Amino acid sequence: MKSTSRFHLPLYAFIVLAFVMCALPVDAHLYSTGMGPFYDGLMHFLISPEDIVPVLALALLAGLRGASYGRRALFTLPVAWLFGGLAGLSAMTTRPHPFIAAAWFLMLGGLLAADAKVSLRVTTALAALLGVYHGYLDGAGMGQFETASVGLLGLVFAIFVLIALAAAFVVRLRADWARIAVRVAGSWIAASGLLMLGWAVRTR
Amino acid sequence: MNRQRLDPLVRAMALTVFVFLYAQTAFAHPQKGEAVGFLTGFRHPISGLDHVLAMVAVGLWGAQLGAPAIWVLPVAFPMVMAFGGMLGLMGVPLPGTEYGIALSAILLGAVVLFEVRPPLGIAAALVGVFAIFHGHAHGTELPPGQSALLYSMGFVIATGCLHALGIGIGTVHRWSWGQKLLRVAGGLVAVGGTFFMWKAFA
Repeated sequence: MKSTSRFHLPLYAFIVLAFVMCALPVDAHLYSTGMGPFYDGLMHFLISPEDIVPVLALALLAGLRGASYGRRALFTLPVAWLFGGLAGLSAMTTRPHPFIAAAWFLMLGGLLAADAKVSLRVTTALAALLGVYHGYLDGAGMGQFETASVGLLGLVFAIFVLIALAAAFVVRLRADWARIAVRVAGSWIAASGLLMLGWAVRTR
Repeated sequence: MNRQRLDPLVRAMALTVFVFLYAQTAFAHPQKGEAVGFLTGFRHPISGLDHVLAMVAVGLWGAQLGAPAIWVLPVAFPMVMAFGGMLGLMGVPLPGTEYGIALSAILLGAVVLFEVRPPLGIAAALVGVFAIFHGHAHGTELPPGQSALLYSMGFVIATGCLHALGIGIGTVHRWSWGQKLLRVAGGLVAVGGTFFMWKAFA
């Protein structure tokens, strides 16, 4: 076994070297798009707290409930987000409603803080609704760009990775204090939602 | 032997130096209002000593009472405080806010000083009632033109960190000298609260 891997080593080294030496075209002017449309979409998600926080809350909630919930959220949310985004691409204009954003924070954070025993069906419905709503808003915002659909793919990819990491991390938690820490994070998200709700009323 | 002991320290120091030397990207033009919103929100609870005293005292009391109060109280406070903040933002009046805040420091300091152990519901209710005053004051003082989401998150995270600080200090409760130290800290919080009450009346 050992001798076989030694035999293949030069071959692997050659393949790696070939890839490294392969001269790719230099995109010196990605300045305007950052790192390309795929990464623009990915970064859009990662730097948008109004998107990332509800997704994180849902992933943590699914993780607290167990692996099957995590798996369901892992595939439902990105797919729903993609469909919502594709529908949003054709929308001329739309405006995110501050009350709905606050409601997502409040509901998902509250469920997480309470360690609510939500059923698999409810988790799936929440993931689908969250994905379609936020995906539609993102799609509508990105629709003005020609490469929006590629950007949407990057965004969905980021969501998939975040849910996979966050839910898997929580599923593994066994210590009581660790699970309580996750619930405390939920209470913070819900508290932020309450403040956002007040803000939305003030600026209405 | 000494070399073995020093190695991790030297490695940690080298890592720290490299982290500080690492050139970060300068964002000269952050998205309008957003970065400012988070920092403003984060700074708000820690900028007033009256708020800081009460929030740290909640953590100290939670640590004294042990589980489940150690996590119920720090969860109850930000939630109810955010509710008070929402009322303040909506313009719902709450009379005597400054007195309520000062009284919270006095009473929370006193319960730590005398190591009062009420049932969990009463402890949570006491903390919750005072949290409304703190939240309302923050809500009405909110600066205009900030990002609601980032401001709210910064605000809540800072509050949670203050509770965590109190809980962290409260871990000395396992030792007898630590129990005395916590009671002294509670006394200091109560004295601070008395000062702020005097200021509110003056």
